[in-house]
Amino acid sequence: MSETVKLPTRDGFGDEIVALGKENPDILVVDVDIGKSCKTGAFRQQLPQQHLNVGIAEQNGAGVAAGLASCGKIPFVVTYAAFGSMRMCEMIRQEICYPKLNVKIACSHGGVTPANDGASHQAIEDMGILRTIPNMTVVMPADYWSARKLVRAAAEFNGPVYLRFTRDAIPVIYDESAEFTIGKAHQVQDGKDVAIIANGDTVRLAIEAAKVLAAEGISARVLDMHTIKPLDVEAVTACVNDIGKIITVEDHNILNGLGSAVAEVVAESGKGILRRVGIQDQFGQSAPYERLLAINGVTVEHIVELAKELNA
Amino acid sequence: MKDMSIAQLQNTCVDLKKNVISMIYKAQSGHPGGSLSVAEFMTACYFHEMNVDPQNPYWPDRDRFVLSKGHVCPAQYAALAMKGYFPMKELDTLRKEGSILQGHPNMKCPGIDIPTGSLGQGLACAVGMAIAAKLNGQSYRVFSAVGDGECNEGEIWEACQTAYKYQLDNLVVFVDYNNLQLDGTCDEVMPPVDLGAKFRAFGFDVYEINGNDMAEMVKALDLAVATKDGKPKCIFGHTVKGKGVSYMENVCGWHGTAPNEEQYKQAIAELDTQYVSC
Repeated sequence: MSETVKLPTRDGFGDEIVALGKENPDILVVDVDIGKSCKTGAFRQQLPQQHLNVGIAEQNGAGVAAGLASCGKIPFVVTYAAFGSMRMCEMIRQEICYPKLNVKIACSHGGVTPANDGASHQAIEDMGILRTIPNMTVVMPADYWSARKLVRAAAEFNGPVYLRFTRDAIPVIYDESAEFTIGKAHQVQDGKDVAIIANGDTVRLAIEAAKVLAAEGISARVLDMHTIKPLDVEAVTACVNDIGKIITVEDHNILNGLGSAVAEVVAESGKGILRRVGIQDQFGQSAPYERLLAINGVTVEHIVELAKELNA
Repeated sequence: MKDMSIAQLQNTCVDLKKNVISMIYKAQSGHPGGSLSVAEFMTACYFHEMNVDPQNPYWPDRDRFVLSKGHVCPAQYAALAMKGYFPMKELDTLRKEGSILQGHPNMKCPGIDIPTGSLGQGLACAVGMAIAAKLNGQSYRVFSAVGDGECNEGEIWEACQTAYKYQLDNLVVFVDYNNLQLDGTCDEVMPPVDLGAKFRAFGFDVYEINGNDMAEMVKALDLAVATKDGKPKCIFGHTVKGKGVSYMENVCGWHGTAPNEEQYKQAIAELDTQYVSC
């Protein structure tokens, strides 16, 4: 697959949910009046009997979904990551995670990808917030194809799942045949000098950094850690034991996201050195997506620099 | 169902209230005031209106009950035990470690269809259940109790909009209008203005009754479930917080306080006088 092809991962969700809905009439979409933007238009058009729109009422959307799931339905509540994680947070906790109901929270506009919409719409806290709720599974796919595969995996998984997609187009890095399992890291490439663990839209940066490093004689293992909860502890532990030098990369606050989840494992191992790349605990602004990442040091250059320091 | 007379239902309601007082006394913790004001609705639902099978609590075609004002769960626990969902002695474990009778309801307790406790959230879940019935072509109904104070929560009104949009005439919402919330009267805390009219404005059929009068309750419930006009139903019940125990009636302090031994004995003695001849 050529890396010049770029697609938002919300498109992967929009395409896969139609396929899933046709296969299983219990799969529903619960929109909150941003369905067009979250790519549920085709589902709404082709499967109107399985589509609900509860208006601009996210809290209610989560509750309605819980009620539907308690009666055997598999609802996907579809919104933006900022609203799906924070506006709906307590409903997700009490009505979905506490009874472990089969509701999926499917969110576009993850991380800083709603760039020009500004800080109100950029979700840098969401995965961390949801990671702390018992029974929740938290997933961010890295490209269009992994989004499709992981949406399907979420539908087949019995329990609450938070899915986070990008608004902006990002390179397609996998081909259609790649396989992904919730809770298992996807190893993009192996290496011996540094492990770069990334997820979502930053996996592409990790891959680019690994190429630059290879040219300079540093071999990098790259893991796509699409699921931050449950974290693939085995894969992180292998990085600690095999390599001992780890860099995490995420389009999320460096607090409580992928970097923190990996840090918990590394710290308890008593071994290894870790560096975290991510949003620097600050709100964003209206600006181009790549600029917002650069302002926070979420760049190929920064990853390369850290990898060199660790191997100096 | 529907084989009990009003007098029998009244007496069942007295039993339920005695169980409420007894379990909160034994736990030395819980919410007696609202549990008593909602008792007639609870009794009428479980012993008159609802199509349920205590031996098969997850029967897909059962009527659902969502206690949106989850803190008054002693009333629902008492009803469930009296129906035979679990042994009566289980009521003595209210709020104790390992009990199925948690301080606020969860689904480990047979007969609880959704967890509640954080106010404002249950009604949306009830709406989801009612939509599922419509989508599946099932005939079960969904009954939900919400508090007047709980109507301060915006999500209640979000849920009402959805109930109207999806024409949920299989949803019956009981508003327990006892005019007291935790910090004071409704008027002091957040004026409800014309709360029944608000439900009407949101597209509900509203039945305004004395919510502690069993005959009025049964009549309203029967009418609500029989009216298949595509509109959700609201039984707007004027009630008395602490109804049936003189020193608790209309006293804000009995929102979340357990009686001591003397108060417990007095409450049971007073309730014992409220049985009617059948």
